Amino acid sequence: MNAVIFLVILGGALGFVIALAAKAFAVKTDPRVEEVEELLPQANCGACGYAGCAEFARALVEGEATPENCPVSSPDEVQQIASVLGVSLGERLEKVAVVRCGGDNRLANWNANYNGILDCRSANLVAGGTKACQYGCLGLGTCARACPFDAIEITPHGLAVVHPDVCTGCGKCVAACPRNLIELVPKDAPLHNLCNNPEKGAQSRKVCDVSCIACQKCVKSAEEGQMYMDGFIARVNYENPPSADLAEVCPTKCLQPSLLVKQSMPALEHREEAQQEEEVANA
Amino acid sequence: MPKQAKFHGGIHPPEAKVTGAFEIQTAPLLETYVVPLQQHIGAPCNVLVKKKDTVRRGQLIAEPGGFVSAGIHAPTSGTISAVTTCTGPAGASVPAVELTSDGDDTPDDTLTPMDDWQNSAPDDLKKRIADAGIVGMGGAAFPTHVKLSPPPAKPIDLLVINGVECEPCLTADHRLMLEDPDKVLTGTQIIARILGCKKVIIGIENNKPDAIELMQTKAEKLEMEVAPLKVRYPQGAEKQLIYAVSGRRVPTGGLPMDVGAVVQNVGTAAAVAEAVLDGKPLYERITTITGTPVVKPGNWRLRVGTPLEAALTLAKGVHNDPAKIIFGGPMMGLAVYSLDVPIIKSTSGILLLNSDETSEFTSGPCIGCGQCVDVCPMNIMPGTLSVQIENERFDLAEAWHAMDCIECGCCAYMCPTYRPLVHHLKRAKAEIVARRKAEQNK
Repeated sequence: MNAVIFLVILGGALGFVIALAAKAFAVKTDPRVEEVEELLPQANCGACGYAGCAEFARALVEGEATPENCPVSSPDEVQQIASVLGVSLGERLEKVAVVRCGGDNRLANWNANYNGILDCRSANLVAGGTKACQYGCLGLGTCARACPFDAIEITPHGLAVVHPDVCTGCGKCVAACPRNLIELVPKDAPLHNLCNNPEKGAQSRKVCDVSCIACQKCVKSAEEGQMYMDGFIARVNYENPPSADLAEVCPTKCLQPSLLVKQSMPALEHREEAQQEEEVANA
Repeated sequence: MPKQAKFHGGIHPPEAKVTGAFEIQTAPLLETYVVPLQQHIGAPCNVLVKKKDTVRRGQLIAEPGGFVSAGIHAPTSGTISAVTTCTGPAGASVPAVELTSDGDDTPDDTLTPMDDWQNSAPDDLKKRIADAGIVGMGGAAFPTHVKLSPPPAKPIDLLVINGVECEPCLTADHRLMLEDPDKVLTGTQIIARILGCKKVIIGIENNKPDAIELMQTKAEKLEMEVAPLKVRYPQGAEKQLIYAVSGRRVPTGGLPMDVGAVVQNVGTAAAVAEAVLDGKPLYERITTITGTPVVKPGNWRLRVGTPLEAALTLAKGVHNDPAKIIFGGPMMGLAVYSLDVPIIKSTSGILLLNSDETSEFTSGPCIGCGQCVDVCPMNIMPGTLSVQIENERFDLAEAWHAMDCIECGCCAYMCPTYRPLVHHLKRAKAEIVARRKAEQNK
């Protein structure tokens, strides 16, 4: 019986000490940090430049960062965070990644059989794997593994394509690609030049069927300032983009709305037709 | 004869040196040469010629782009038909000069013979080596004049001449020692004079008894030592060779000069002799063309810029299409995919392999057997490192001395689950170097 009384008294006394300590040494935190953190996507992708969502929430509450720095949150979520913090929002441009290569294993020519590590960065060290183009997509999926949102798919024919609906524009893949092929572009951009080969037309044509040959047709057909030449690559001016119809003028079909929007691959169909005709002629 | 030290690890793959008894033949003049403008480790060269210029044999066509760089010289006289790009042996496209021969092979006389080299100042000799564009001919192609300029704080007291040729299949150095021992030894004397070092050891593996005997008789008169070495790959690697002949251990991350040694290949020594005695820049080298599919394997004196296709024509072509063509030896060589790839200063061999001699591996997980650790001559743990690298833990890989790897391939040769260990380590080295650079720029 004595033992029970003793323990009850001891427990009560220690509890009182702890209660006092909790009052005296309390760490003051802003309750909004937790609130904001709950609204963040919790992907911890690091695209905001902070070491995860908790750290970003702290920065938001302390006024170091603004809610639109999180590229992953939807506009609604950003609005909610802003209202919790009581700040007004700046203009926010939604971005998605695009892999600037359209030459899959059927369209790009082959150099050799690559039997090394299935990783783009490793393949890039040994002359770049299978494809003859030194600038194109290696198709070994380093970007897809880097993507925290599973937005990148490696097609069965060895080409990385970004699903724009899933992509949040965090930019992890941009850093992962050893060939610097991936670019963040406005989500509503109507078309892209899916070729990154800076060599002259004759050279790039040798290695791939869908290369940009610098014919400048698109630049001439578009309105002033919508397209421009960067060396031997035509580039879309994303601030003033041309309409998607411009893709029609491209002779090699490297100017594309995006591989996923346009499910068929015109260049491939063209090649298959030519092959069939050849077979017929041979027969 | 000092007692031979045995370096840790190493393997003994089949030697397959079938061309050891074949004399060096000189290749006939070709119509066109494609000379890449980056044939060495270091800064790229700046091209000095333009289209339609006429050049003479040995004329400088690209000047070094820095101290760690080596000039490129015209392999023959003729007209520059294009300043273009070509596929280099490493697979990437490199700037190149296309030279159409005029058939006369008129020599250029900018570099005059230095007959009185015994009394020339070491700096003049060093300048001549730089002017002649000489690089390490063993395969790494590091500019020789840089290697011969150690900082004053690190005196050199040992010159090791590398006649080991531990790579299977290759016999270029072997033939050079047999056919031109005097040139090799004169070059060695010149290098020793530049470094101001008295002790010279020539390391030769004892699968070349004829070369050992010949070099021994010749070297005795010059007070040099020939060390016959038990056959072991990679004995021709600098650090392993220094240990084998002198017992000195190069510290991790260090260079041979840290233990007062410099290693030069026999081919480099011969090139130095030619540059000093004849005023001849480095525009040709001895290359072994070998492999089962080759009709007539042999050793050839090829000019830099000879396209692979022309080189194979010299060997009377192939019996059947090879599965793999390798520039260099089977252990450390680089596979090429185009017949247009030109011979460069460091191409010690062209090796063709049949499909039954190469195989496509499917690699498995590391089973921790430790065979790679047993054979690693640099005493690192390739298996453990490969797992770290697969998981992108380059910080760990650095701490576990991934940078010590010399990419000799012993580990991958032994691995029972066919792991591409060298490829993993190459990746780690590239990544660690990039990280260090990024940190420096911060």
